[in-house]
Amino acid sequence: MSEMVGFDGPIYMTHPTKAICPILLEDYRKITVDKKGETNFFTSQMIKDCMKKVVAVNLHQTVQVDDELEIKAYYAGHVLGAAMFQIRVGLESVVYTGDYNMTPDRHLGAAWIDKCRPDVLISESTYATTIRDSKRCRERDFLKKVHETVERGGKVLIPVFALGRAQELCILLETFWDRMNLKAPIYFSTGLTEKANHYYKLFITWTNQKIRKTFVQRNMFEFKHIKAFDRSYADNPGPMVVFATPGMLHAGQSLHIFKKWASNEKNMVIMPGYCVQGTVGHKILSGQKKLEMEGRQTLEVKMQVEYMSFSAHADAKGIMQLIRMAEPRSVLLVHGEAKKMEFLKQKIEQEFSINCFMPANGETATTVTNPSVPVDIALSLLKREAALGPLPDPKKPRTMHGTLIVKDNSLRLVAPEQALKELGLSEHQLRFTCRVQIQDPQSEQDTLNTIYSHLKRSLTRSKETKNNARYSYSEGQFVLPLIHTVCDVCPVLLICFHKQSLRLVAPEQALKELGLSEHQLRFTCRVQIQDPQSEQDTLNTIYSHLKSALTGREGDLTPNVIRSLSQVFKAVTAGKSTRTCRNERRPFSPSRLIQL
Amino acid sequence: MKLYCLSGHPTLPCNVLKFKSTTIMLDCGLDMTSALNFLPLPLVHSPRLAKLPGWVSKDGNTFLEKELKECAGRVFVDSLPEFCLPERELLDLSTIDVILISNYHCMMALPYITEHTGFTGTVYATEPTLQIGRLLMEELVNFIERVPKAQSATCWKNKEIQRLLPAPLKDTVEVSTWKSCYTMQEVNSALSKVQLVGYSQKIELFGAVQITPLSSGYSLGSSNWIIQSHYEKVSYVSGSSLLTTHPQPMDQSSLKNSDVLILTGLTQIPTANPDGMLGEFCSNLAMTVRTGGNVLVPCYSSGVIYDLLECLYQFIDSASLTTIPFYFISPVANSSLEFSQIFAEWLCHNKQSKVYLPEPPFPHAELIQTNKLKHYPSVHGDFSNDFKQPCVVFTGHPSLRFGDVVHFMELWGKSSINTIIFTEPDFSYLEALAPYQPLAMKCVYCPIDTRLNFIQVSKLLKEVQPLHVVCPEQYVRPPPAQSHRSDLMLDCQPPTMPYRRCSVLSLPFRRRYERIELLPELADSLVPSEIKPGISVATVTAVLHTKDNKHVLRPTLKLAPAPPPSKKRKRVLEEPPEHRAPKPLLSGAVPIEQFLATLQKHGITEVKVEDTPDGHILHLQDEDTLIQLEEDSTHIICDNNEILRATLRDLVLRFLQKF
Repeated sequence: MSEMVGFDGPIYMTHPTKAICPILLEDYRKITVDKKGETNFFTSQMIKDCMKKVVAVNLHQTVQVDDELEIKAYYAGHVLGAAMFQIRVGLESVVYTGDYNMTPDRHLGAAWIDKCRPDVLISESTYATTIRDSKRCRERDFLKKVHETVERGGKVLIPVFALGRAQELCILLETFWDRMNLKAPIYFSTGLTEKANHYYKLFITWTNQKIRKTFVQRNMFEFKHIKAFDRSYADNPGPMVVFATPGMLHAGQSLHIFKKWASNEKNMVIMPGYCVQGTVGHKILSGQKKLEMEGRQTLEVKMQVEYMSFSAHADAKGIMQLIRMAEPRSVLLVHGEAKKMEFLKQKIEQEFSINCFMPANGETATTVTNPSVPVDIALSLLKREAALGPLPDPKKPRTMHGTLIVKDNSLRLVAPEQALKELGLSEHQLRFTCRVQIQDPQSEQDTLNTIYSHLKRSLTRSKETKNNARYSYSEGQFVLPLIHTVCDVCPVLLICFHKQSLRLVAPEQALKELGLSEHQLRFTCRVQIQDPQSEQDTLNTIYSHLKSALTGREGDLTPNVIRSLSQVFKAVTAGKSTRTCRNERRPFSPSRLIQL
Repeated sequence: MKLYCLSGHPTLPCNVLKFKSTTIMLDCGLDMTSALNFLPLPLVHSPRLAKLPGWVSKDGNTFLEKELKECAGRVFVDSLPEFCLPERELLDLSTIDVILISNYHCMMALPYITEHTGFTGTVYATEPTLQIGRLLMEELVNFIERVPKAQSATCWKNKEIQRLLPAPLKDTVEVSTWKSCYTMQEVNSALSKVQLVGYSQKIELFGAVQITPLSSGYSLGSSNWIIQSHYEKVSYVSGSSLLTTHPQPMDQSSLKNSDVLILTGLTQIPTANPDGMLGEFCSNLAMTVRTGGNVLVPCYSSGVIYDLLECLYQFIDSASLTTIPFYFISPVANSSLEFSQIFAEWLCHNKQSKVYLPEPPFPHAELIQTNKLKHYPSVHGDFSNDFKQPCVVFTGHPSLRFGDVVHFMELWGKSSINTIIFTEPDFSYLEALAPYQPLAMKCVYCPIDTRLNFIQVSKLLKEVQPLHVVCPEQYVRPPPAQSHRSDLMLDCQPPTMPYRRCSVLSLPFRRRYERIELLPELADSLVPSEIKPGISVATVTAVLHTKDNKHVLRPTLKLAPAPPPSKKRKRVLEEPPEHRAPKPLLSGAVPIEQFLATLQKHGITEVKVEDTPDGHILHLQDEDTLIQLEEDSTHIICDNNEILRATLRDLVLRFLQKF
């Protein structure tokens, strides 16, 4: 790909893969070009150039490919150095499993991934429906068959790929030979497998727990019974076991040996893995007894043919297990037979109620993601929200209110006041002044008393209602009836009755905490008092009356309310907050006000 | 954010960082220099040590005779050696959430912390750090447990008595915290709490902070740590090296943009150049061996020894020393050599590419294969059969107080043809040798400390530019022995914040922002309006959910009619949050012309407009209502006509921006 098609970006792989990959490629090239005579194929130099683009990654290391794209490798178990990759941009991510194995075997551990909740999990599904019987049974079966064949003097051929199953079966046979004290020779085809074992020794950290723990005392990849194979050994008499590459009997040494041994019914070939259609392996597994070889020869297969799935792919159970681990939002199945995949697809959709795709080659699958939008929130706003209420319960959802500022690709959520400040805008005050006329035949003193008792009642009543915050805060209109009832009867006290004083109903402290200390909506009610005294005297009278009324009943009022009231009153007497005070003596008309 | 400093030793740090509701311990170093006050533990009975006279105070008091022995004018405690632990009283160590380990030398106090303080958290370390750390602990336990000592001296620790003792015992501090070695069981239990991590792996702690180990270049698997949230970043630099030895090179660029950089573990021998020392080591070794003498190298069983062996691998051929046997004696010698070969991912590039061939990354594999290097678990057993002199012996412990090295000191100390070469910088060689005086053997001091020196560190700081630097107080002044060397101290801008044992530093940093996520449904409902060029705003009213320290804003739910009271127990948590629209802040100005037009549309036609210095006054004559419009305020004065008031309010609000 990198050389013949022209890809020139980085190639990421794990260290063992980086070590083994060029050797496999070279081996593949040799078989294809040198033995089969293919011409349009890559060269050794191309492999070298390709490997120069490789960047080795460690498990769980987060690699920043560019500013946005990052990848992370997880252990996949399938062969030495196998990895699954998580690819992430922002909050969206994809996990691509490659080949993986969910059950630990004799030399590798099980694939593992954290609960990374990718948007799409692309999983291989080679064994989409196979739920393989217990590993132990398969191993016993295998050993039994090998043992029987060897006992009766037959030869056993095990076509394998250089990495993975070869080591697994080598360890299996090695321990069996040890235990049973068998003498028949075991060989593995030269070069590649031998070298591969050396890689296993150096990358022991990628194998399973048990091997890693004991490697100082005994390295499992130093075999006692297994020796390198030489071409001439194939004709040796007597029993033997040979591991030979490649695994599907399509070329190379394994095919060579197969041809030699096929005609003897004492011999046996054990196919430990999957075979692609068209290969000799696939043909003999499907029961074909006569094979057409090159040069129109036919080969009669008399030797026993056994299939034993040792290939380290996840079975249906394993795939489901991985989905449970990663909790993806959708699954995409690749690699496998359509019918079986369809079955698995249904099972996944049923069990996890997520979308599952299985696009054919060349088909495009589209899945819509729905990522959240990350925003920077001002800590002050967040803390303010969190501090609401007497005992903030962090688990209880709360309503919060803020302003989102979008600027230079940054999203920030701040308190509205801060937003105004940052934007250099000033707050707009909206005030209302309403005039309420009260016709009260009572004396002034009585009027004030009435006002006071009314006020007190409404205050205490509102205090009760304040618990029902929905009522007093939800909408302007909701509040208004209350204002009116108060306004109508307390002409003096509520002279300046803006929205803040409306919230006298609640303790001031609580108001502040509610973030309502900023108020623009203001009501001013004007009350006409007919008083023969001078203006100043009227105010004084009102003040002293009010003061005595308030202090006289201090015990009945909460300190908060007193303070608020006196603040209001001070403002009134100072004549600052409203113009109405100064005009109380005379009948009021809007036109007069304009003149002021 | 606070930093609690539990260790005063600059290269064996132990600090606790409190950051965003997490409590993180940075390293867990064990100060073993306290062992220098104890008598060596000989492997076989040593008549010399046994015959040392007991200490008698000036007034002839002999009550400590059994506990304290005198050798060449110095007094030693005759007991199992004890180590100086990190401070355990400064804060409640059971509240620690995680421990981050930077390298295997800085984890030796781990069992004391994880096993005896109620610690229930997780320890994070790289795989080589864990494996080699385990070997070093195993070795230490083995060294001490295989020479059981019946008595344990405690009387001298009494404050009243300690005062009367001669220096340096008189001056040792924190004696009460000194503890004897842990057991293998404690080691295993402590290490079972380790969670393995890889370089550049991002690990979330409780959703609040993210920690990342970075390669520090000092030893196999050694790491610096980044502790960060979305807006704050603390770098913890401990034991880093810029020299090209066997480990992966130091990752410097990831340390950039730190708010705080905690700097520990600089070189202990700032005046020595490691390369020069290596040369001196080789030439002294060759000289001694050529004259038929033996060379003793007290060292740790992992770390610099790999470099020494590699250096010797190249040197022995050129110096024609091929017949001289090299012995590496330690209970973990074999494991250490084997482990060094399997950590390809953690090695420097050169060594990595060897593995791809595939060849063992370290040449000591070849030394072993060719029988030039032999390793033994102890001087007993096979070693005594194979032992040939002259030879070179690498063995521990570098303090010369326990381990096989004690045996060789007794064996070779009396002959001047032998040489002891000190390469580990952790212990003063003069103090280490004190209980062996008088000594005839030659003594060479070639400390090899590859950690950052002051020149490298100031260059590094210039490059990564942290806002604040925190470091042990020893680094802000020249070493006491070289007080004129102002170049042997940290000098950087902004000034550093020094700490000492038991300091509690408030790190200067204000958190302003926090990350929150808007659910897509909520984000869809927001319509930002452009207030100024390039700046848009939108008002957000949403429900805040906080879970696992992650904040999420969801759209407010429409208030559903209250469900009929169920018979089941009420679950308060499930109640919908109180829904209320807070009163918006208003901004902007009401444009007079448009406002008038709008009024007209609503049937208010008789409007008298009067200009004032600040704006306008509108008089709605029919309604007898005044509206004062100013740049940032609107005042509506109307009679007790609620319908009109509400209409006017809505009209005004149309022209204002709400926040």
